Amino acid sequence: MPTDATQPLLSVKDLVVDFKTRAGNARVLDHVSLELSAGKILGIVGESGCGKSMTALSIMGLVPNPPGKITSGSISLDGKELTGLDEETLCDIRGSEIGMIFQEPMTSLNPVFTVGEQIAESVRVHENASAQAAMSRAVEMLKAVDIPEPDIRARAYPHQLSGGMRQRVMIAMALACRPRLLIADEPTTALDATVQAQIFDLLQELQQETGTAIVLITHDMGAIAELADDVAVMYAGRIVEKGPVSDVLSRPCHPYTQGLITCVPHLVPDPPLQREALREIPGMVPALTNLGSGCAFEPRCEKAFAKCKTAKPELIQIADSQLGACWAPGSDNT
Amino acid sequence: MSLTQTIAKRIGWGLLLLIGVLILNFTLISIAPGDIADSIAGDMGGADATVIEEIRERYGLNEPFYVQLWRYVSGVARLDLGFSYFYNTPVTELILEKLPATLLLVFSSQILAIVLGTLLGVLAAKKPNGIVSLLVTFLSLFGFAAPVFWSGILLIIAFVSIFPLFPVGGMTDVTVEGGFFVQLLDLLHHLFLPMITLASIYLALYSRLARASMLEVLGADYIRTARAKGLPQRMVLYKHALKNALGPLVTVAGLQFSAVMSGAVVVETVFSWPGLGTLALQSILARDTPTIMGILFFSSFVVIVVNILTDITLRMIDPRIKAS
Amino acid sequence: MSEPFNNTTANDVAEAQIKVSHPLAEMASMFFRNYAAVAGLILLIVIILFVFVGPYFHPVDPFEMVWAPFSRPMEEGFVLGTDYLGRDMLAAMMVGGQVSMAIGLAAALISLFIGVTVGAFAGYYGGVVEEILMRFTEFFQVLPTLLFSMVIVALFGASLLTVTLAIGVVSWTAVARVTRSEFLRIRELEYVAAARSGSASDWYLIFKVILPNALPPIIVQANLMVGSAILFEAALSFLGLSDPNVMSWGQVIGSNRPYILDSGFTVAIPGFAIFLTVLAISLIGDGLNDALNPKLRQR
Repeated sequence: MPTDATQPLLSVKDLVVDFKTRAGNARVLDHVSLELSAGKILGIVGESGCGKSMTALSIMGLVPNPPGKITSGSISLDGKELTGLDEETLCDIRGSEIGMIFQEPMTSLNPVFTVGEQIAESVRVHENASAQAAMSRAVEMLKAVDIPEPDIRARAYPHQLSGGMRQRVMIAMALACRPRLLIADEPTTALDATVQAQIFDLLQELQQETGTAIVLITHDMGAIAELADDVAVMYAGRIVEKGPVSDVLSRPCHPYTQGLITCVPHLVPDPPLQREALREIPGMVPALTNLGSGCAFEPRCEKAFAKCKTAKPELIQIADSQLGACWAPGSDNT
Repeated sequence: MSLTQTIAKRIGWGLLLLIGVLILNFTLISIAPGDIADSIAGDMGGADATVIEEIRERYGLNEPFYVQLWRYVSGVARLDLGFSYFYNTPVTELILEKLPATLLLVFSSQILAIVLGTLLGVLAAKKPNGIVSLLVTFLSLFGFAAPVFWSGILLIIAFVSIFPLFPVGGMTDVTVEGGFFVQLLDLLHHLFLPMITLASIYLALYSRLARASMLEVLGADYIRTARAKGLPQRMVLYKHALKNALGPLVTVAGLQFSAVMSGAVVVETVFSWPGLGTLALQSILARDTPTIMGILFFSSFVVIVVNILTDITLRMIDPRIKAS
Repeated sequence: MSEPFNNTTANDVAEAQIKVSHPLAEMASMFFRNYAAVAGLILLIVIILFVFVGPYFHPVDPFEMVWAPFSRPMEEGFVLGTDYLGRDMLAAMMVGGQVSMAIGLAAALISLFIGVTVGAFAGYYGGVVEEILMRFTEFFQVLPTLLFSMVIVALFGASLLTVTLAIGVVSWTAVARVTRSEFLRIRELEYVAAARSGSASDWYLIFKVILPNALPPIIVQANLMVGSAILFEAALSFLGLSDPNVMSWGQVIGSNRPYILDSGFTVAIPGFAIFLTVLAISLIGDGLNDALNPKLRQR
């Protein structure tokens, strides 16, 4: 049923990824399921070490192996299964059907090639374009990401550009072959606040122009609120809550989601409570090698009770299209 | 600063270094016990005091140190390195005759070591626990620890008594007759053993360095970017990673060059390769001072030229290197 | 790749919190966990015992002709055979090893002294001092080391002292570079600034504050220096530029070289001795490098 309009562009089902570490086996992704329709933006939020980037690398087929390994589950793009593909086929998909941008624009560009060359080479590899055609595409892309004097900048080396410019180059590079899916892994974390807003605006603008679907990975609930259609909240390798952004933000069911929202003052709906906002969630993400049998968030949860220590809550339907994994799902109180 | 300016500055500094080499050598010789007159007299089969005094007078050895130094330095500026009493030939002529053989040996072995070493290093870095990695580890231990004359001699023993495939001495075979290509083949035939002996030390060094450098580069963010772009593995390795990993390799190759010239002295002696090294040893044993000084001067000159070339190469590889 | 490794980082942090031990003890345990380094250490101890204690059990003068020349090893009662003058090779290996090792050590100390001094002053003072000292270092890098030391030995006579000096004087540049870059790094650290603000003298800062902290890479370099000095001495002896009255491994090779096609063992054995010694030293060096490098230790 390839013509089914409701079929999602990207569908991840029960994905399990394990890492062998010195301290034992770490399950970095534990039955993760996601869907993303064409032209939509899916946000994935969580602190570092929650498995957000691992999800992205799994979709790209870039899980470092060893020590990592996709143990089970499926990832499909437009109905085509991606797990278990050989490296050559994956290379054809990466960069042409799925583009990716990374957290560190300072180090993510190769210092010894011009930015034009780095954008053009992807076009040359995927579309068999001539060097000249590829280069003019590169200049075109630089223009599309609002870089002034694109034909001159194309001949610049990364160290001659600012951080914001470099991230624009990364975006140009990721979109050069017009992929249907763009994965943006914390695209603004390393940038100044004003530049962050510019990059988000650019992403939104490009998304509307091209209709590319985006997986936006961030720890910033504010960015999710602004850009995403759907959101998945991850903790310790599992999805603990997901649903449409408006629902999740207005009625968060998982205490962790509530905690993340509280970190961003203007998202808290109730003005008196805003003063209490900007609280941090106490404690830190647990090591994935020695997770107990209970809920992984239990040690940091204010609402934890006896059952949380002994049994893992499953991801179940909370409302129409909202799912949560908590023994005491609630949204009304804080 | 533009590239030309930098190169001009490097060349200027190189000239200063060369003058320094001359002054140092001249000073060493003049404070050393005994002098040229003694050794000339020795060559003549002994001479009495008046004859020695006559020789001193003739070669200007009685003049003050700085006069002699000035005369020498200004002579070198006119490419006149003096006269070898031992060989009865001008030193410049003597050296220019032997220099090509040394350059052939040194450059061929360096190119072999760099190309093969880089290739091994890349293959080893691809699988840090694989068989090539193990080979590189063993090679680097062996290459550092085995004295070059020892491995050369072992090769000679092996190739004389076990597989007599290659000649073990000299540069050409006078009995070989034929056109240019026959002569060239004969030369390469003779070059083979000295070349791999000298290359073995540096092959070990470069393969180990290339492996370490590649391993570091392969962990870099831009390699992940290159893979995320869907570039095939060999393009990631040989284009994106290797160009970044070459920097340290080129730097070390440049720094090593004076050691390579030293290694050539030993290898030439082992294989009777008629180059500067053999000439150096003979003239040292004969206390032929002008020749010794000329050889030191020329080898330093070659090292300086190679260093300047290294600088230029580095700047071509890495656009971030600013003029320093 | 921040994310996947953050997971393991959390583990490492936890691990690090569990065992907090003395840094020296940690270095030692790191060193002894490295089998290659331990093998190198054992090998070196065996060689030292052979060379320095061996002569008590095998009191033969290595210069004395005891038998016909070129007696093959084990054949006529000589464990390692006899050389071209019919001298006992086993005794030559023992006594020659003493000389090779002593020269290696002494020359390494000389170059260590010069290199650390030049590098420390360059790195500490910076500016014009650094410029001059590093240009000086570059000058010595340009001189082909072996040729230069050949000239020194030829001019000043082949005695034990000149050979040692000639090796030491030409091989200090690497130490100077390493020391300088360590000093450049350390002098910017907070505890140096603190000591400096306490108006400590330059002398105190260089030798009591910075140098001890710059030692790890210098120690590794020094260790390698001993190995390369042994090789260097061997090369000089091989070329016939060593004290003819003193036996060293390189000298045994050099003097037997004309006869290699008849009796390869007289050259192969001392070469192998040098190889083993330098191999042992460089294995130890690799182990020290891993143990002293805090970046590696955390990995």
